[in-house]
This record gives sequence, structure tokens and C-alpha cells, in this order.
Amino acid sequence: MSLPPAVQVDDLTVAYREQPVLWDVDLEVPAGVLMAIVGPNGAGKSTLIKSILGLVEPAAGRVRIHGAPYAERRREVAYVPQRGSVDWDFPTSVLDVVMMGRYGELGWVRRPGAAERELAREALRKVDMEAFARRQIRQLSGGQQQRVFLARALVQSASVYLMDEPFQGVDATTERAIVRVLQELRSQGSTVVAVHHALQTVPEYFDQVTLLNVRRIASGPVGEVFTPANLRLTYGGLVPFGGPSVAPGGA
Amino acid sequence: MSFLREILFDYTLRNVALGAAALGLASGALGAFAVLRRQSLLGDVVSHAALPGIVLAFILTGSKDTLVLVAGAFGAGWLGTTAVSTIRGRSRIPMDGALGIVLSVFFGIGLLLLTWVQGRPDAAQAGLDRFLFGQAAALVSRDVGIIAVLGAVSLAAVGVFWKEFKLLSFDPEFGATLGFPMGRVETLLTTVLVLAIVVGLQAVGVVLMASLVVAPAAAARQWTDGLGPMVLLSALFGALAGVAGAVTSASMPGLPTGPAIVLAATGLVALSILFAPCRGLAWERARRIRRHGRLRAEAVLADLFALYRQHGSLAHGHPAAVLEALRGDPRAVLPALAELEERGDARRLPDGTWALTGAGRDRAESLFAEPSGRGGAR
Repeated sequence: MSLPPAVQVDDLTVAYREQPVLWDVDLEVPAGVLMAIVGPNGAGKSTLIKSILGLVEPAAGRVRIHGAPYAERRREVAYVPQRGSVDWDFPTSVLDVVMMGRYGELGWVRRPGAAERELAREALRKVDMEAFARRQIRQLSGGQQQRVFLARALVQSASVYLMDEPFQGVDATTERAIVRVLQELRSQGSTVVAVHHALQTVPEYFDQVTLLNVRRIASGPVGEVFTPANLRLTYGGLVPFGGPSVAPGGA
Repeated sequence: MSFLREILFDYTLRNVALGAAALGLASGALGAFAVLRRQSLLGDVVSHAALPGIVLAFILTGSKDTLVLVAGAFGAGWLGTTAVSTIRGRSRIPMDGALGIVLSVFFGIGLLLLTWVQGRPDAAQAGLDRFLFGQAAALVSRDVGIIAVLGAVSLAAVGVFWKEFKLLSFDPEFGATLGFPMGRVETLLTTVLVLAIVVGLQAVGVVLMASLVVAPAAAARQWTDGLGPMVLLSALFGALAGVAGAVTSASMPGLPTGPAIVLAATGLVALSILFAPCRGLAWERARRIRRHGRLRAEAVLADLFALYRQHGSLAHGHPAAVLEALRGDPRAVLPALAELEERGDARRLPDGTWALTGAGRDRAESLFAEPSGRGGAR
């Protein structure tokens, strides 16, 4: 008997005011792979991530993490939201934000202490941000903000990481740091599902890919499903720059 | 000094000052979270919505006991926040619309009830209208005790649920993925905010109580970049504004407390916005002037460097008038020369003309010398 998939989504349908955002989506992410979710704007990529996390109420469907409902496996799932989802002028420091990743383990009322601080520093080290620990978060560049969010997820010591556009608008240093962290996570047997925009880097960064446009167009190993035909189906013929010509095999 | 002695020894003034300090601490601390969550107007809604509760509590019990009226205010204020979130959840009316609806409807009902109760023959209702604009001078020591206890309860809640409130204010969705029921955390924070607001109503009044929620937090934000210091400072500012306003109003017959507190709080906000380090507008302006001056000096340095390249000698001075002719804004030249002299980049020759120093030339070279190809001034 094989291990249950890290993430399994069956028949997921989500609608906002009668408008379907996701329609009957099935998804199976094997444990230990890096999977990209690609698709045009409004394809429901972020909604898929949020539905898996229970942040969006689905009209129908079922989510399993390592074979059990999400509510039972919450501790094993870490979330990296879009960095635009918070107010970066909030009065707090980088280290403080990263320690928030430990709040779930701490539970109600208990405050983070020296152990949490050490874990947070270690996570910041992994994303080359240790020197920024005391900085106010407003002083960070977009890429640095993204690395802080990544570090916050790392201290959760989860086995499944759900990331919403981790590469969106980041600098080259940050991109390299994130790729390094992703590979490290995979080598530890963790699973990553990331919403991704830059089609040309899909074959380089990810093992598997899901093409999504309200419905699931295709899902599987990059070499098999990241084809010009599938991309055309996903993007309706309007494939953005860098898409189909370089698709299988990559650059 | 004698004023201080009066506060310490005069029974009324001491009550007023203590009560105002306690309610200012609580509303300031809770206000910090309201402002950070961009819900400043919620304080306004809660205080206005409390009015019908106060009057109803009086109508139903016939009692003017502070605790009874505060309980009524708490019930109605809490109902008001629930109404806001119900409207938000069940309709497409945006947040500001929901806040506006609840504030005006509840306050309208409150005024209606107040007018009706004041028209009744029994004279016992006299004094309820002090809840409109506040009358700190009427605080007796029992009131101060009630304010202190309920204020302490709301402050204690902030201390106990610090981490949860921080999570709610910064990133509630992330908090939900960690397993915290963020809806319940929000209800808890709102409830404590309502508590902090209603204890202040008798002294400050429903109309202007919101200023003690928003102003101290807005002022505190200017001074610090940490949540802990901000909440602490906001509480202190609230107490300061509360005491200043309440004592002023108590010592000037006929001056309602609410407006006096608003003036004090506004003064704190104005000072903070102008003079707080980092964020203060005055420092920002000083920095801009300095930056401007530096750029101006750099421009004159470039002119001097160009002239030096034409003449090839550091001993050859140039009159300020020449430099002024080169610049679009001749008035900027003399201050720029003064700055360059101070930095040691330029010097004034005995005949009153200006020349680069050796250091100035080296700096200009590194700044302006173009790589060969486009050719310099030579």
C-alpha cells in the first residue's frame, strides 16, 4: 500500500455570489514534490490554496492532508500568503513576525520565549535575513518581505507548504533564496504547492504542475503535462510570453 | 504647584482626575488596536449606540445608579457592533455604510428616548443628558471605583490575550490557519473595546468619546515602531488627555468635559504629528531642506569643477557672480558655497573669489568625471 498523497482535493467547487470560481476540481499532490499552480488571472489559484486551508467555504468538495481532514492535520500545514495581504506599516519587527509562525504550537495565552526566538533566528538565517531581525517591517523591500513570510512558515516546521505567489515581483537575490529553500524542503521530504506566474521557470523550479482555469485542465509531472496544447487550453490561446515554445524540457 | 496640590487634596478634583486617568488608560490602550485594525470609526459607533441603552436602563429600572446605566450602555454598544457585523455579513453594504447606518439609527433612537423621558413629570431623569457631552465634575468616588475596576478588566484582557490580539490585527487569515478561531478573538477584542468605551461615557459623553479612542493611538503611532510601546504610550496619552480635559472642565463651571478632552487629545496629536522623531513632519521638512541644500551644494561643486578644468589651477578663483550666472537660481549659490566651505570642498581666496580645494577636486572628479569617450570640458 502506498502512502496517501500529501494533499488530496476531490470535487472542489467554490462560488462567489453564484459565480463559480472553482468548478469540480480534483487535485492530488504526492508527498515530497514541488508543485506549481499556474493559470490566468481569475483562474481561482489563490482560492484553491485558501480552500485547502479552510479560509474559503467551498460549495462542495473534500480536502485531505496526508489522508485525514485538514482540521486534524492543521499543524502539518504552513501557509505563505501573498505579501500584499497585510499592512507592512504595522508596528512590529521582523523577528516578531517570524515568531508568529510558532503561535499555533504555543496555543492560547502562552507567550513566545527564548526557544521561539532561536527558531525564528534560524529560519531568518535560512532566507539570508538574519541581519534584519530587529528591523521594523516597513523598512523592508518587497523581496525581503517575501522572505520574512517564508521564514514565518518555516518555523511552523510543517510538512506541507502552501504558498501564494512567493515569486511575485521579487528581486534576483530573493528568487535564489526561495528556490534554495524549496529544494531544501523537498530534500527533507516536505511538499510544496505554490501559485506561480512565470511560466518559463516552471520546468526549472518545480517537479509537478497543475494547470488551472476554474476547472483543472491538467495536473502531473512537468515533463508530461506542461505542454503547449495544455497551456493553450488553460490560457485560451493567449499564452503569455515565455510559455509554450520553451515548455517541455525547459530552457 | 498650587494646582497640583488642589488635584491631590481637593476631593472633587481628585475624583475627577483619577476617574479620567483610569478611563483614558483603558480607551487609549484598546484604541491602539482599533486604529491599527483600521476600525477607528467603530469607537464612534459604540459610544453613540450606547445612548439608547443608557436611557432604556433608566426607564426600565428607574435607577440612576452608575452601574445600572453602564450595563445598559454596554448592552446597547455591544448590540451596535453586532449590528455592524451582521449588516456586513448579510448584505453588500460596505463597512463605512454599515458603520454610518448603525451609528445614526442607534443615536437617533437614543435621542428620541431621551427627549421622551425628559418630558415626563417625575424629575428623576434630570442629569441623564450629561451623557451627551460628559460631565466629569459629577464623578463621585463610587463612579471612580467602577471606572477603575472595569478599566482594569479591559486592560487585563489586553495583557492576557496580547498574542491573539496582535495576530488578529496584523494577519487574521494566517491566524486562522494556525488554528485560532479568529472570529471569536475578534468578538473578544470588540467586547473589551465596548467595555473600555462605556465606562467613559458618563465623564466624556457619547458624542465625543471616540476621540479618546482614536486620538491617543494616532499620536502614539508617531513615536514608536513597536506594538507594545505603542499600546503603552497610547494608554498614557489617553490618561493625559483625560486628566487635562476633565480637570479643566471641572474647574470651569459650564464647560462640558467631552469638548475639553477633545481639545487636549487634539493637541497631543498635533504635537506628535509635527515633532515625533522619524515620522514627525517637522523633522521630515528639516531633512528635506538638508537634502535640498546638499543637492544645491553638489551642483555648485560641479560648476566649480568645470571652471577648474577650463583653467587647470586650484589657485585660480572665481567670483560668486560667475557661479550665480551659471545657476538657474542665483540666490542658492552663496548658501551652497558656504556648505562647500564647511565641508572643506571649496575655499574663499583672499580676493573674495572661490576655488576648489584639493579634496574638493578629488571628490568632484569621482562624482562628475566622465569616462573617456564623451570627452570632458577640455
